Amino acid sequence: MPQRIVGQVKRVNGPVITIQGITDAMMMELVHVGEQLLVGELVKLDGMEAVVQVYEDATGIAPGDNVYGTGLPLSVELGPGLMGTIYDGIQRPLERLRELGGDFMRRGIGSPSIDRSKLWNFSPSVGIGDMVVPGQPVGVVQENERIGHKILVPPVLTGTGPYTVIEIASEGSFPVEQTICTVEDSGKERQQFSMMQRWPIRVPRPVADRRPLSIPLITGQRVIDMLFPLAKGGTVAIPGGFGTGKTMTQHAIAQWCDADIIVYIGCGERGNEMTDVLREFPHLIDPRTGRSLMERTILIANTSNMPVSAREASIYTGITLAEYYRDQGYHVAVMADSTSRWAEALRELSGRMEEMPAEEGFPAYLPTRIAEFYERAGYMTTLGQQEGSVSIIGAVSPPGGDFSEPVTQHTKRFVRCFWGLDRALASARHYPAISWLDSYSEYVSEVAPWWETQGESSWVESRAEIMELLQREVRLQQIVKLVGPDALPDSQNFILEVCSLFKTAFLQQNAFDDIDRYSTVGKQIRMLQLILSYWHLGSEAISKGVTMVKLRRMKVVQEIARMRFSVSNENLEELDRIALRLERSMSQLGGIYDER
Amino acid sequence: MTSDNRLAGLDKSLLSGREYVGASRIDGPLIYMRNTHPIGFGELVECIDSAGRRRTGQVLDTSTEAVVVQLFEGTSGLTLPGTRMRFMGEPLTLPVSEQMLGRVLNGLGHPRDGGSLPRGEDELDVNGLPINPTAREYPRDFIQTGISVIDGLTTLIQGQKLPIFSGNGLPHNQLAAQIARQAKVLAESQEFAIVFAAMGVKYDVARFFIDSFEESGVLENVALFLSLADDPSIERTITPRTALTLAEHLAFTKGKHVLVIMTDMTNYCESLREISTLRGEIPSRKGYPGYLYSNLAELYERSGKILGRDGSITQLPILTMPNDDIGHPIPDLTGYITEGQIVFDREMHGRGIYPPVNGLPSLSRLMKDGIGEGMTRADHPHLANQLFASYSHVKDVRNLASVIGEEELTSLDHQYLEFGNFFEKKFVSQSFTENRSIEQTLDLGWKALAELPAEELQRVTDEEIEGHYGR
Ligand SMILES: Nc1ncnc2c1ncn2[C@@H]1O[C@H](COP(=O)(O)OP(=O)(O)O)[C@@H](O)[C@H]1O
Ligand SMILES: [Mg+2]
Repeated sequence: MPQRIVGQVKRVNGPVITIQGITDAMMMELVHVGEQLLVGELVKLDGMEAVVQVYEDATGIAPGDNVYGTGLPLSVELGPGLMGTIYDGIQRPLERLRELGGDFMRRGIGSPSIDRSKLWNFSPSVGIGDMVVPGQPVGVVQENERIGHKILVPPVLTGTGPYTVIEIASEGSFPVEQTICTVEDSGKERQQFSMMQRWPIRVPRPVADRRPLSIPLITGQRVIDMLFPLAKGGTVAIPGGFGTGKTMTQHAIAQWCDADIIVYIGCGERGNEMTDVLREFPHLIDPRTGRSLMERTILIANTSNMPVSAREASIYTGITLAEYYRDQGYHVAVMADSTSRWAEALRELSGRMEEMPAEEGFPAYLPTRIAEFYERAGYMTTLGQQEGSVSIIGAVSPPGGDFSEPVTQHTKRFVRCFWGLDRALASARHYPAISWLDSYSEYVSEVAPWWETQGESSWVESRAEIMELLQREVRLQQIVKLVGPDALPDSQNFILEVCSLFKTAFLQQNAFDDIDRYSTVGKQIRMLQLILSYWHLGSEAISKGVTMVKLRRMKVVQEIARMRFSVSNENLEELDRIALRLERSMSQLGGIYDER
Repeated sequence: MTSDNRLAGLDKSLLSGREYVGASRIDGPLIYMRNTHPIGFGELVECIDSAGRRRTGQVLDTSTEAVVVQLFEGTSGLTLPGTRMRFMGEPLTLPVSEQMLGRVLNGLGHPRDGGSLPRGEDELDVNGLPINPTAREYPRDFIQTGISVIDGLTTLIQGQKLPIFSGNGLPHNQLAAQIARQAKVLAESQEFAIVFAAMGVKYDVARFFIDSFEESGVLENVALFLSLADDPSIERTITPRTALTLAEHLAFTKGKHVLVIMTDMTNYCESLREISTLRGEIPSRKGYPGYLYSNLAELYERSGKILGRDGSITQLPILTMPNDDIGHPIPDLTGYITEGQIVFDREMHGRGIYPPVNGLPSLSRLMKDGIGEGMTRADHPHLANQLFASYSHVKDVRNLASVIGEEELTSLDHQYLEFGNFFEKKFVSQSFTENRSIEQTLDLGWKALAELPAEELQRVTDEEIEGHYGR
């Protein structure tokens, strides 16, 4: 039971509570309100008054109730045991809460984020007398079969370095709070630490250096990897009206991308979607490691009906967990679904604090907050001189699907990649409904050298070629809408034909099909090349007088149209065979005309 | 503590139930009281007017200076000095029991049908509690509604929340009544219990539903919560909460499958806007409060299934889109929360198509796990995809035809027009009493596709074409 009383409740307006009689409360201090001890955070100090936002339903809190201080900022617990866990927005373990409080979320039930009694097998990687720096690993715990969890010297130590290891636990099993290492600073001051640390969620964890981005985050989604790639350490926004595919895209990336670790933040969205991840991921096998996908995933679920202030915090909780694994040298991808709900939580809290609104009721500091969040992404050299990255994939839910609204617009200023979802494509069940006209990626030239190292140096050119065709198609479509397709010569009609094939055979990707849901880079590039070679050979044939109807009737075109379902990632030679058949059919067709 | 409040700081549990006389301000459904003991946020309030009539309210805002109370039965007839208030020290609860099935109640759960209040099996907070996401069971059981466009293309799943986006004068009530009458889970023998919440609709609408339940002989399995157009508008803000509280009891304690019909969500949202404006809150779009999304989510998320419990709550909210605009905040925020939507189209209604469901903007997010082999039929997923894809092309062809004239269309485009007609007139259209089996629905879908050449069908497999196309 916390004893330090920092003030008394003066007014309760939903999750925003004004307190008076302030003594020594700190800005951003974690507090408990009333005898139910509701968790809250002190967000404003003004003379003898302060404002607290509570992370639980405030029903029953009355003026005069005591507010207790903890002396700490709102923080997360970091250590072995995070992986595979599902937390709420302020890192309460939901499975554990269910054991304690039942199927419904009762108030005032707390539980440590990391199990205190579980033993973890620690193997040291430093010895007595070794010099260490903040953020450097001193040992490792096998968190699960897949993740070696490095135990780091806390990023912030008191005193001045260099620090010398005075004691280090030898290989053995320990609970997370047991001291495993003692270091001494240059002034001979000693400090101890355990396998668990705390970090305030609103403060980015320090790094040594930010590095340029150069490696793509391969997602297995063709329209993304081939046309609008994301770099490891990069940022992307996925805006789209309801039902256009934001969540499905995020799920697909969380399942198949080549990050080491996924932090999936369900921020103000549907309960069943989190349940879906929770039930499905343990059974999905990562094609790269053969292990269950849940072993690399942490879920943060603060669904739309859970308290709105915890929704505001969930984004920071998630990104802090991601930074912690980055500091161990991992590549982490963070999905935030949806950042609009977070912005709306800011708006709601700001409105209740009676702050002056800027656009559409959002507080004036909205753009700053969005910028600060996306700045926490990056490809870093860690304090311990490892390489790690945090990539952020943020869904945006614009009201009415209209991208001119504040959250989409401000987000666009701070991300370098944009996958705009198109309502018309979604209605036509063209999924993923990522518009090839509105979307862009500023990472194309940065990741191009990586493709060369993969022996696929044609990527840049092929990509440019198909993008150009898609642009030409737009202009041709405008003509067709006025006069019908018959008015165009075959050479131009063929552009429409190739683009239409590209859309159905390549851009569309069915997340529910066992084969189609995920394509390796090899499959993607071969598929693209096949379609381009249909374009090249077909144009040549048309110039020789072959009609488009004849081209279209070739059986091999049907095979191309279905290759995404029919050719599995393990069976790519089949694509080479289709390519051969294409050439053969084309030369047969063209041959007839050559002989003339 | 401010000096004008002698009671502040006293033990509030001892003071709950204490009566205060005299309000300091009344504004619409809101009453402001000063000089009370410390009142808890969200507390239940009992208000007694000078004639001795009791009304129920809830604390909206509480501070050392004043308490703001909203009265669900309105404030008409109240005077400042004659108003007596009791703060009960606990949240608003509803006594729930299975006996409420077959009864007509008001928005607060008090009987409207003259009988006495059924004895509660339990006393539940009407605001409910969020379901822990780890406790949810992912819904996957197919509900056959007997309506082709729903079963075939936007399949309803037990535990889903699937709203009807309609407009004034469109037959949403007919469709909801037809679903309520015909809905069945193929593997289950149990009937649905129905919880019906009416917010601000006319008496005729409520009558229509009652008659329809009566005709199909299910009335004793329906609990009606009516807060009609001539009832105080603020009562509408509590009605869905009361209704869902009973639904949760029936589903998660009594193990029943519950279908909740809520109409009209637009009226509910407008009442919220009224209160928000009265309190001078900063609005977001179109004057609706910034918390409308969270508020609606608190309702819609009270659906689904829970691991280890037998029942389920399926929600069928109905809303009329102001101006038929799907981008209006009410349908927009709803669509962001619900698991899909069934969208009505005024133009189709004009052409005499019932139900006038436009398949393209309609969506069922949960159908993926509830259809296919062993659930509906193996060809269902691909068939649905193909129908969507082909039908969306019909729209393009119709546009083109309106520009260049039908004569100028290619023969393939003509086939698309034929397909479109068949699809709308034979597949989507059916009568108010027609109850099609899922096999009939799927076979009809294939009949529609038979209007198109097989090469055009790229979403279905060769085997499916072999098995169903042109048969
Ligand atoms: N890649 C995909 N493959 C198949 N269906 C998809 C795909 N993306 C989206 N969908 C369909 O669209 C629906 C809505 O997608 P979702 O991601 O939930 O939308 P949002 O999050 O934007 O509201 C899904 O339920 C699914 O039916
Ligand atoms: Mg979504």
